[in-house]
Amino acid sequence: MHASKKFPRLLLLTDLLAFLSLASAFALVMFYAPVEIDMGLVQKVFYFHVACTWTGMLGFLLSFAAAVAYLKTGNVKWDIAGLAGIEIGMVFVGLGILSGSIWARPIWNTWWTWDPRLTTTLIMELIYAAYLLLRSGVDEPVRRARFAAIYAIVGFVSVPLTFLSIRIFRTIHPVIVGGSEAATSSGFAMSGRMQVTFFFSLFAFTLLFVALFWNRYRLGKLNRQLEDQKMLLEGEDEE
Amino acid sequence: MKQFFKAVAAIFWKDLLAERRTREILGAMLVFALVIILIFVFAFDLSVEMRRQAAAGVIWVTLCFSGTISLNRSIAVEKDREGMDGLLLAPVDRTAIYFGKVLVNWVYVLLTALIIIPVYSVFNNVNLLSPGFFGVVLLGSLGYILTGTLLATLSIQTRTRDMLLPILLFPVVIPLLLAAVRASTILLQGSHTPELSTWLMLLGGYDLLFLAVGLLVFDKILEE
Repeated sequence: MHASKKFPRLLLLTDLLAFLSLASAFALVMFYAPVEIDMGLVQKVFYFHVACTWTGMLGFLLSFAAAVAYLKTGNVKWDIAGLAGIEIGMVFVGLGILSGSIWARPIWNTWWTWDPRLTTTLIMELIYAAYLLLRSGVDEPVRRARFAAIYAIVGFVSVPLTFLSIRIFRTIHPVIVGGSEAATSSGFAMSGRMQVTFFFSLFAFTLLFVALFWNRYRLGKLNRQLEDQKMLLEGEDEE
Repeated sequence: MKQFFKAVAAIFWKDLLAERRTREILGAMLVFALVIILIFVFAFDLSVEMRRQAAAGVIWVTLCFSGTISLNRSIAVEKDREGMDGLLLAPVDRTAIYFGKVLVNWVYVLLTALIIIPVYSVFNNVNLLSPGFFGVVLLGSLGYILTGTLLATLSIQTRTRDMLLPILLFPVVIPLLLAAVRASTILLQGSHTPELSTWLMLLGGYDLLFLAVGLLVFDKILEE
């Protein structure tokens, strides 16, 4: 019934590994990956930019699955997991947008353009901000979980349509993985060292995601226990 | 199945009858819609050519904003006077409540459109009478109302109530709005580009998707 009060060993290990691999990824980006010919140093933002956005999307995808699972089972752990996924997703997609802007300023000569990917990620942030507002507007935990799950589903299914609708206007966002620019070199428009750095960054951020998600999930569970205890105490007071 | 449609029709007629006696929602929607159009005219001080090009955008934004009034009110009246408990006690499928409310709200938005489109034409001296455009209004407002009714039922039960609806609804209807505005603009300019069918398909796809979502999750909102 009670989640153990001790900090789980395996979680500590995950935290450490995430930190170490993140530090190594940073070292790879700085010292190992070559400087891109046309864009120069600013291209190095790409490794963390893609990794951040990937991590954020992973969070949103997970929260969608958790929302479906919650409506099916009514188990509170899915609600906690869904919230964890969305909070982490918002932070990382936000970082993805920021790092993208830093790259876009010298390369596209603007901080922002209304390209499908940029616009869609911005709209996703708005949808999940609305999700958090919805949560804060409902006090009763079971109803809050139910409403949050419904909105997480509604919001998530609209995202592909948003992307599609904006894509019908043409895009200028570069396609590095699986696009026409990439077709020449086995699916990736990158040199060998770049690929190593890129995949290691993806790995490091995914590990970071696992560590954060686990911590946030644990915190959510502890929070819920605290809430229950408080309710119990208040109930005793009234009697 | 027949019982289901009877229940939907009963809720639909009940709301129309109440509206006929109070004229509370439609009146507010119309006045609000006209004010929004005026604000657009003043804010952008459009030239004649621009007024033509911006027509579809202005009309869709106006319909969306005034639509939130009917979405909120149509659910709030049930909440305020505990009508929702009565509806929930009725031995009918709960999705019937959803479709009853969708129909009512859809009719309100269409009536608003029926009035503001000619008004915009007269004010701005542009011709907006095109059967294709009305088809887009029909499809687009349906998708808006399908999503909106679902989210209004949800937001009305929160502490922040009707304040929350636009925040929840607008980011989700962006693809619908974009498709509706683009398709309307193409139709109003009379140039039938191949792009048009893509936008219409997107509109239809959105309607179907949210019809399915509404069917699947609506009874979860009312579960107590």
